[in-house]
Amino acid sequence: MQYTRNVEALKEGTVIDHIPAGQGLKILRLFQLVETGERVTVGLNLQSRHMGSKDVVKVENIALTEEQANELALFAPKATVNVISNFEVVKKHKLELPEEIEGVFACPNSNCISHKEPVMSFFYVRTVKNDTKMKCKYCEKVFSKDIVAEVR
Amino acid sequence: MANPLYRKHIISIPDFTREELELVVETAGRLKAAPRHDLLAGKVVASCFFEPSTRTRLSFETSIQRLGGTVIGFADGANTSAKKGETLADTIRIISSYTDAVVMRHPQEGAARLASEFSAVPVINGGDGANQHPSQTLLDLFTIKESQGRLENLALAFVGDLKYGRTVHSLTQALSLFNCHFYFVAPEVLAMPDYICEELDERGISYTLASSLEEVIPQVDILYMTRIQRERFDEAEFKQIQGQYILKAEMLNHARPNMKVMHPLPRVDEIEVAVDDTPHAYYFEQARNGVFARQALLALVLNETV
Repeated sequence: MQYTRNVEALKEGTVIDHIPAGQGLKILRLFQLVETGERVTVGLNLQSRHMGSKDVVKVENIALTEEQANELALFAPKATVNVISNFEVVKKHKLELPEEIEGVFACPNSNCISHKEPVMSFFYVRTVKNDTKMKCKYCEKVFSKDIVAEVR
Repeated sequence: MANPLYRKHIISIPDFTREELELVVETAGRLKAAPRHDLLAGKVVASCFFEPSTRTRLSFETSIQRLGGTVIGFADGANTSAKKGETLADTIRIISSYTDAVVMRHPQEGAARLASEFSAVPVINGGDGANQHPSQTLLDLFTIKESQGRLENLALAFVGDLKYGRTVHSLTQALSLFNCHFYFVAPEVLAMPDYICEELDERGISYTLASSLEEVIPQVDILYMTRIQRERFDEAEFKQIQGQYILKAEMLNHARPNMKVMHPLPRVDEIEVAVDDTPHAYYFEQARNGVFARQALLALVLNETV
């Protein structure tokens, strides 16, 4: 059987794999990967043995931090994040939900003071019975993670 | 040792420990029994109301002056630099450099928390949009303690608009530290929000959802009434809903002797005027207690010991 690579191999950078299909572009946006100016390769609706279909994002010359990887856990908890150096995987991030998350998502409450002031958004993350909720530090409103992750 | 609220920001009820709530209540009682005129002597407190308010502003300003302090400030955000486009962060940075504390009300949620991050002096939240209004909760706690002699193991009913009423949310959160039982009496569209009920569940606090005001009255120590806002409904719907949540004097015939009726005011017609003359009416005393609770808060924040 002929083996074909979905996306070209990476020399230096980060591969975010096993992203649920449809979430790949959101991840580009949230982490502002396009704005880095580095070469970004995106695969959408790729075949996956385990997931049916998936998205993959590869960014050259950027190593995703532990903190960013954990933020990813909010909406792509099964994603894998591999940092590559000289074609080798040098770090595999294990995704864990962060307790706090700063500056990634805007508060869904349009009357929240955080929108127009010189501060970064800030949420406390809490999971109760498999339901992940985020509470804005400023307006104190509690949202399901899906609502927060939709904003922007 | 300094009291635990000394130089602290007062932003939100969930920030308080049970001991801190008790300290404010106990201090308010002492200041009501024996007024002090020196606790804020030489202090200047800013009263920054970016949105108009009658009771909260006047009772804060009365409290400051009765304790011997001086007030500067504004009663309406329209005439401030905010109108020129200045951020709240900058406004507060400047005002806090002039004063010993900042009392503020703002139409946006989170304004007080944000202000506390830029202020050099303690910020006291006098209401931030639909979010928190901690001094109201503290005066409510003081009123409950004063009228019942305790805060623990009471039965309380909250009646009316439990969905949008920030007063009932904060008071429920505070009383959940004192093992009280709650009755929530509201139409389905104005029911207590899920997140409050979930917090109670997590803490193992029992509550009952009830639809009949009359059936609940004989079972409680405190009947906390709230106003149902006309603008949330069409006229016919409003009349139908509101009619079920009006307190009439004869409904109090089977109330416990110690039962008190509270209301954050202003009332419109959810409490009949005839109730005012019953021994159960306590809402005017509750409003008056606003001055003592706010005095306690200011005194504790600005003095190591009171």
